[in-house]
Amino acid sequence: MATDTRVILICSGKGGVGKTTLTANLGISLARQGETTAVLDADFGLRNLDLLLGLENRIVYTAQEVLEEECRLDQALVKHKQESNLSLLPAGNPRMLDWIKPDDMKRIVEMLSDQFKYVLIDCPAGVEDGFKNAMHASKEAIVVTNPEVSAVRDADRVIGLLNTNGIKPVQLVLNRVRPKMMANQEMLSIDDVKDILALPLLGLVLEDEQVIVSTNRGEPLTLNSTNSPAAKCYLNIARRLQGEEIALIDPAKEIAGFGAKFRRLMQTKIF
Amino acid sequence: MTLRDIIYKLLRRQPASASTARERLQLVLAHDRSDLSTDLLDQMRKEILEVVAKYVEIDMDEGAVSLETEDRMTALVANLPIKRTLNGQIKLLETAKEKKEKSENLEGGLTNS
Ligand SMILES: Nc1ncnc2c1ncn2[C@@H]1O[C@H](COP(=O)(O)OP(=O)(O)O)[C@@H](O)[C@H]1O
Ligand SMILES: [Mg+2]
Repeated sequence: MATDTRVILICSGKGGVGKTTLTANLGISLARQGETTAVLDADFGLRNLDLLLGLENRIVYTAQEVLEEECRLDQALVKHKQESNLSLLPAGNPRMLDWIKPDDMKRIVEMLSDQFKYVLIDCPAGVEDGFKNAMHASKEAIVVTNPEVSAVRDADRVIGLLNTNGIKPVQLVLNRVRPKMMANQEMLSIDDVKDILALPLLGLVLEDEQVIVSTNRGEPLTLNSTNSPAAKCYLNIARRLQGEEIALIDPAKEIAGFGAKFRRLMQTKIF
Repeated sequence: MTLRDIIYKLLRRQPASASTARERLQLVLAHDRSDLSTDLLDQMRKEILEVVAKYVEIDMDEGAVSLETEDRMTALVANLPIKRTLNGQIKLLETAKEKKEKSENLEGGLTNS
């Protein structure tokens, strides 16, 4: 049994902030770095992880059949075509929500921990049972949020719950950062969000159209175009997770052209 | 305050929205984290003022009991300017400075994580 398995909950409170996209890209990146990685779709109500990874047509069994002992774990796991270190355990039927218990999640994760170095749990939105079951099975957590009031508020709720349940460490990923809006002070800054939530920042992800393109294809960004802005961000996050020290990108430096210097000047703190 | 804020002020334009977002968030999170309903908070505010009013006359218009939050710690902060003590001795608030000092003396912290 691999006792040093890292079981990481990827959660947010609010929906649509980028949990599933982060899970898929971290899975690919970690696998590529040679780590055996399982991604577990715990969003039984609105499963999507299979689609983002391009594995939707290869699902035979799901977590449900594993729990009901209708199949073995390795029969349900879907191995990624290009990155053989990565496997997906698909979410079962949405009706699973009615009967699955915290200890069921724990059992699944324990089974996965025998075989994998990383287990990434793609969490449903909200702070109800789906989230709580997944939290019960996790050791550490990544909270994903956007620089927007509603996303930050919901993240705060989740962080409160993670803290009271002894999940450690809890780190922050700030997704959909728009450098121009930040420079114009029309978007909460990196420091604003970090200070308000009082969490260490694991990384930020720039707003990037390529994320949508890659979703269309079912090929996470980090699989091919490692040069797009968001792909670089996801890769950095994976490497920091592995303990490497990599400086955060400075959104102000991501703005090209003439306006950049001016915007920086305008951000000068006077008092 | 940034250079942009100052220029906006001079031009009487609305300040950039990020600072508004930050302030609104800090306020709403102080309440979320304390898990106190507005009703309970109002009730507590009223009772605190009643207790203090037994000993000193406070300026009800200026006084404030609010929740503030920093670093995931929530504090109950009372800022209660004193008009005069109740033993008849009128303490005139001549200078704003004096008033501030007094109210600071009354500032109490109550942590609540
Ligand atoms: N960095 C980004 N840049 C642009 N679009 C993004 C980014 N991250 C996520 N998205 C888009 O936001 C939507 C929600 O993302 P998803 O990962 O499904 O969120 P969640 O799992 O939290 O509900 C998707 O359409 C996705 O393509
Ligand atoms: Mg999702």
